[in-house]
Amino acid sequence: MHLIYQIFIDPFVQMGNAPDLLVQTLWEGLVAGVLYSLIALGFVLIFKASGVFNFAQGIMVVFAALTLVGFYEHGIPAYLALALTVAVMFGLAFAVERAMLRPLVNQPDIILFMATFGLTYFLIGFGELVFGGDPKVMIASQLGLPKGAVEIKMAGGFVSLQKIDIAAAIIASLMVAALAVFFQKTRVGRALRAVADSHKAALSVGISLEYIWVIVWFAAGLVALATGIMWGARSEVSFALEIIALKALPVLILGGFTSIPGAIIGGVIIGVGEKIGEFYWGPLLGSGIETWLAYVIALVFLLFRPQGLFGERIIERI
Amino acid sequence: MLYREVGQYKTNYAADMSVMPLIQDRVGIGIILFIAAVIIPYFGNAFLIQAIMIPFLVFSLAAIGLNLLTGYTGLLSLGTGAFMGVGAYACYKLTTYFPGVNILIWIIASGLFSAVVGVVFGLPSLRIKGFYLAVATLAAQFFLSWCFIRQPWFYNYNASGAIEVPTRTLFGIPVTGATAADATRYYVVLGIVVAMTWLASNLVHGRIGRMWMAVRDMDLAAELIGIRLLRTKLLAFAVSSFYCGVAGALLVFQWYGSAEPAVFDVNLSFFILFMVIIGGLGSLTGSYLGAALIFILPIVLRYIPPHLGIPIRPATVDHIQYMVIGALIVLFLIVEPNGLARLWQIGKQKLRVWPFPY
Amino acid sequence: MRAPAGPQASVGHVLLSVEDVSLSFGGVKAVSNVSFDIHKGEIRAIIGPNGAGKTSMLNIINGFYHPQQGHITFRGETRTRMQPHEAAYGGIARTFQNVALFRGMTALDNIMAGRTLKMHSSFFWQLLRHGPAMREEAEHRHRVEEIIDFLKIQDIRRVPVGRLPYGLQKRVELGRALAMEPDLLLLDEPMAGMNLEEKEDMSRFILDVNDHYGTTIALIEHDMGVVMDLSDRVVVLDHGIKIADGPPTEIKGNQAVIDAYLGVAH
Repeated sequence: MHLIYQIFIDPFVQMGNAPDLLVQTLWEGLVAGVLYSLIALGFVLIFKASGVFNFAQGIMVVFAALTLVGFYEHGIPAYLALALTVAVMFGLAFAVERAMLRPLVNQPDIILFMATFGLTYFLIGFGELVFGGDPKVMIASQLGLPKGAVEIKMAGGFVSLQKIDIAAAIIASLMVAALAVFFQKTRVGRALRAVADSHKAALSVGISLEYIWVIVWFAAGLVALATGIMWGARSEVSFALEIIALKALPVLILGGFTSIPGAIIGGVIIGVGEKIGEFYWGPLLGSGIETWLAYVIALVFLLFRPQGLFGERIIERI
Repeated sequence: MLYREVGQYKTNYAADMSVMPLIQDRVGIGIILFIAAVIIPYFGNAFLIQAIMIPFLVFSLAAIGLNLLTGYTGLLSLGTGAFMGVGAYACYKLTTYFPGVNILIWIIASGLFSAVVGVVFGLPSLRIKGFYLAVATLAAQFFLSWCFIRQPWFYNYNASGAIEVPTRTLFGIPVTGATAADATRYYVVLGIVVAMTWLASNLVHGRIGRMWMAVRDMDLAAELIGIRLLRTKLLAFAVSSFYCGVAGALLVFQWYGSAEPAVFDVNLSFFILFMVIIGGLGSLTGSYLGAALIFILPIVLRYIPPHLGIPIRPATVDHIQYMVIGALIVLFLIVEPNGLARLWQIGKQKLRVWPFPY
Repeated sequence: MRAPAGPQASVGHVLLSVEDVSLSFGGVKAVSNVSFDIHKGEIRAIIGPNGAGKTSMLNIINGFYHPQQGHITFRGETRTRMQPHEAAYGGIARTFQNVALFRGMTALDNIMAGRTLKMHSSFFWQLLRHGPAMREEAEHRHRVEEIIDFLKIQDIRRVPVGRLPYGLQKRVELGRALAMEPDLLLLDEPMAGMNLEEKEDMSRFILDVNDHYGTTIALIEHDMGVVMDLSDRVVVLDHGIKIADGPPTEIKGNQAVIDAYLGVAH
């Protein structure tokens, strides 16, 4: 009886008692969700355009951030370092297309998925070799990102919103809008969608796969860079980020693998769900349920709606 | 010329369907077993046995477990580490509660616990497939890892959060714990792994193996010929998790001697998966080959360069290891998606006609 | 040319009957109020232009698709919803338009897989691969070898099916279906993509299966020559509706059928 009270009543009572804490938690969840969405966005880009599920998206975030900081630490001014990192991400996209995607064209999706595992581990090793394994500080202020917090008084307490988080939310929204327009309206965007449907068919209408893939992996690389900057500015840049990036998978399951708005909404749901769950129900179970709550939410979702909120239902023809 | 099958005729179906119909194969296995059981313990030093052979056998067993699920049944699992952990912790709790019972019994029993957990987390496979199922196994991985860290019952409320293997004996000889001799532990592991490999081989060559492969290749058609999908998939989860559970128990009880929960994390899951991919999906031999490559590689990297006079830091070894493994995965998927096992088969094929080119 | 199917030749009672079945997928009506029956021991052809709903019809009989309306009566038992494995256990086997073989396995293993529903040895004996398990394997291997002899695919037993030419793949698929010892065999375009010689071979196999094993056969086929030669009765579908039903000679001259194939709007 006491247990039922603890699970179903008490957390809501707590929420009511301290609404400012609730809002703070919601805000934290929203921010985490935005960051998850950004990672998921990179996945969606590549999946939408090439049918490849790029497991290495997480490590690309870390890699981009490390490269940026690395350049800066070698004395290169911040904006130039940014430009150089963009060039590096282009180089990475090019290398991945050449060495990995081209030889594996037409292979079943699961093979390409496993190849991105290999890419992930390669980049982990390579990144650690070149940059060292220590966490680094993101050059946030040098890039013009705001510092400090905004405090809002409410309901007997106050809520503190970090300015960097607000900036992250704004930048994420802008990126999403830009990408959505790109896919729907431009010629290249249409070509990307064709490639996602069928490599062979796209080739036969004259779409150059290599060109498309370099573009899309580069775009994903840019998203990864933006994510890395935002995330690094909030905490620090380290390889631990790579595991957190796995959280993008539940986001994609919720949002659907091919939907850009889905990635955002899925990310927010997961972020908020996690934080609320951890804060109000976590102490009941022993803390740290954040590590698996997202996956369990996704699992439950899969059982009832396998294609996610926005994904396409695939009908198998026999 | 060496690997000829000419002259070896079978006169009944049972003989034709035996797992190793060729004399050369049987002799080969016999030699390998002889080397493993006699030569290595006799001539090998402690390092070879403790740091190479025992872990190699343990990882091969885990790789076989994962291969049964992913290679033969086509269900991608990223939860191998967690299932191994279930086996290890189950064994620990069982021997804590019942210290008088033979530890070997508990090692096998812990596999059963792992099998049950595997079935529970395999239930979603009725409705979800492909890499959605992989995400479900990730849920298992993270949830179970969390249990091992955050639920003190698992590690007997130890202050350190780690588990320590108690000394247990068999016929008066210490088999686990600090006093157990290398050779003793090696024989226990060798015995269990060889026996379980034989059982797995029997399974995959018979009706059950065909059912699993049918589900992998085209589950709609499998249903049509009367295969019950859920039962077959759950059986795969159960058997696979059993193998991983026993491997986990052996890992802690016969190799490490103690364990922190971090041992059974998602990285372990990926490593076993890489062993299976490189070794060859759907091949028991491949499980051994893959385990050998992935496991021996860092050891080679660690010890060969100093021998050649090239200084190399341990951290660098880790980094290069990751790079090489990552690159090998991509390389194998491009060049030979069926892994080392297929390369081995091609080699045998060449032996068939050697010295002729074809 | 097959002997004309008179009342005596159309052997006996109804094995399967489709009663007023309708099926739609999200707005697209694949099958509308179709009824026909299949007599025991006959060869029934289902024909019609592309998109007529023929494969959907087979899928319904199989248990893959569940019709929104109507039901199937098989061997006296009426079912509305049936699972594919229930169909298998009930005695219905099937081949596919795009060969649905298990590509990772050899031809022999594929056909042995067809024996799965007849193999009952326990998990314990399977683990040991001894005793009852081995006896069962040998016994079923014996039956499978009979089928291999019948289909003349002895030399390709151990070849992984992915490497076989298309015609041989279709034969192996037929072998796998036969291994189930079905009462009703559903063949979805068994002649697709074959040259004349392969078609003659396949036709002979189908006739032999019907004569030798007594299996009732329902087949979808586009080649009119094959349909005329092989079948006892024909049902014609167009846009999901049945437009004709009867012996092949009758169908050949049926104006509605000719119109459907020529695409005359109606």
